[in-house]
Amino acid sequence: MATPDVLMRGEKLTRRWGGLTAVDEVSLELARGSVHAVIGTNGAGKSTLINLLSGEIPPSSGRVELKGVDVTAWPQPARARAGLGRSYQRTTIFPQFTVFENCRLSAQSRLQRPWAWWERADACALAVEAARGAAAKAGLAAEIDRPAGLLSHGGRRQLEIAMCLATDPEVLLLDEPLAGMGAEETDRMLELLAELRPGHAILLVEHDMDAVFRVADRITVMVNGAVIASDAPQAVRANPEVQAAYLGHHA
Amino acid sequence: MDFRGGRNVVLAAAVVAALALFPLVAGKFGIDLVTKIMIFAVLALSLELLVGQTGLVCFGQAAFFGIGAYAVVLATPQYQAVSIFWLAPLAVACATLYALFVGSLVLRTRGVYFIMVTLAFAQMAYYVFHDTPLGRGTDGVYLYVRPSAEVFGVTLVNFEKPVSLYYVALAALVATFAFLAVLLRSRFGRALAGIKANEQRMRAAGFSTYAYKLAAFTLSGAIAGFAGVLFAVKDAFVNPELLAWHLSGSLLVMIILGGLGRLWGAVIGAFAYALLQEFFQSQAIFGDLAKHWLLGLGLTIIAMVALLPEGLAGLPAAVSRRLARKPARSAGGNA
Ligand SMILES: Nc1ncnc2c1ncn2[C@@H]1O[C@H](COP(=O)(O)OP(=O)(O)OP(=O)(O)O)[C@@H](O)[C@H]1O
Ligand SMILES: [Mg+2]
Repeated sequence: MATPDVLMRGEKLTRRWGGLTAVDEVSLELARGSVHAVIGTNGAGKSTLINLLSGEIPPSSGRVELKGVDVTAWPQPARARAGLGRSYQRTTIFPQFTVFENCRLSAQSRLQRPWAWWERADACALAVEAARGAAAKAGLAAEIDRPAGLLSHGGRRQLEIAMCLATDPEVLLLDEPLAGMGAEETDRMLELLAELRPGHAILLVEHDMDAVFRVADRITVMVNGAVIASDAPQAVRANPEVQAAYLGHHA
Repeated sequence: MDFRGGRNVVLAAAVVAALALFPLVAGKFGIDLVTKIMIFAVLALSLELLVGQTGLVCFGQAAFFGIGAYAVVLATPQYQAVSIFWLAPLAVACATLYALFVGSLVLRTRGVYFIMVTLAFAQMAYYVFHDTPLGRGTDGVYLYVRPSAEVFGVTLVNFEKPVSLYYVALAALVATFAFLAVLLRSRFGRALAGIKANEQRMRAAGFSTYAYKLAAFTLSGAIAGFAGVLFAVKDAFVNPELLAWHLSGSLLVMIILGGLGRLWGAVIGAFAYALLQEFFQSQAIFGDLAKHWLLGLGLTIIAMVALLPEGLAGLPAAVSRRLARKPARSAGGNA
């Protein structure tokens, strides 16, 4: 393969909360066509890393690059419009709206036209199609007209992904998408990730090791905010430091 | 949402028709009262856009209303009528600019701080009219000549006639309601609903929520200023109490009483509030107790809000839900 098509790059990202360094000089690259998993114990700083990359919180130091552009100073919505999508570990949906409207509103961000006050929002074929497509991909086609708040826990996790896909991102930052999903849903989600892989750069934070080793092309291991290893899955599995710090708990 | 089905359109048409026919049967007092209520309904709608639809609890809405009203009076020279067609845009522009200025600052805060800061900016405007030469003091200012509404020498409306004012207020209410009903179905309206439901997710999806909220705040101030224009033309008198926090608070009570989240709520709330106020102030009913009308009004409102958490506009939905729930439960249906 030629030089990988790097869509997102974090350089020496650091984030402190008072005396606590939640993310400590983390650098990583996300390339199109690969799933980059980030694993680590609770509180290792994985979600904070996603927050730094997505622009939800500013870094204490370091820089973020999106498709070759320095976006460190960009607010989160601007990064999202430039092709960055994220999902949340704690489900963040619009519970009062239907599944369809959750997805449609997310898709609306691609063609916002806020001044067109006379046009019905649901008359935008682009957003409607994107919403239906995203819901179907995430396995929610049958529940599309249900209020999101009435979905099962697993259903909400699927919706979380569907809303992310509805914005048609090129870079996906997924924070524990499989948490709380049943075996069947997990399988389908992993299939979906494999399907998305060719066109997207995917960062996957996940506690389910089996799943991680099934889909990841590269694994970064974090402990106390710092990266202790970043390598191909087999090399990470064999790394004694990683085994001591993390994988040992599961062995 | 409003206007979901044909039934709502029929209902709305019936209400408008009833209001249009009202002056035929009402006396001067009734016409004057309903004119005032309809103007407050426009004002309440402006606040509903912020509180009920965007989730921004503004405690300073009276400022935009008062600025619109004052602008009409202060821009009118003594003994000379000014065309409403430039007076109204001027007054609305004043309110809009103040809303843009205030919004750009207060929208950096959240929650309780937002409530406090909107109140603070409204009080600032209040003191400008109360204590500086610009506002000409506590006693208020008279509008000596009401504006003219002439197009090519033809007078469209005579603002000196109470019935004309009544129909102008009705037209303004219908237009504001229809505009907001359409707006709320647009992309902009849905984005506001999304911001109210979950602003974090909206930002993650790519919406610059600050800009959306500022647009909503400014639009709301413009509509409030428009209501102020109507009020100044109707009463031909303004005083600083138009900007006071009492009015801002009453407006919040109106939209809560009517039911947040529904445009109807603001209109019903404005009517209910004013009619309750008239009722408790009535010497004929309460005699000397009418002096203590605030107590009766307050207790009634507390009781209504406690019994109807969704407000008066939510009453039909609450009733039909209760009717629907009983059989479902006995059949062991869903929770
Ligand atoms: N807003 C905040 N204020 C203060 N400390 C925070 C904040 N957010 C996170 N932290 C701290 O930063 C550290 C990293 O948290 P983070 O949520 O990134 O961990 P994580 O790797 O995602 O953990 P988990 O596997 O439990 O999701 C934790 O010690 C956490 O307590
Ligand atoms: Mg986390």
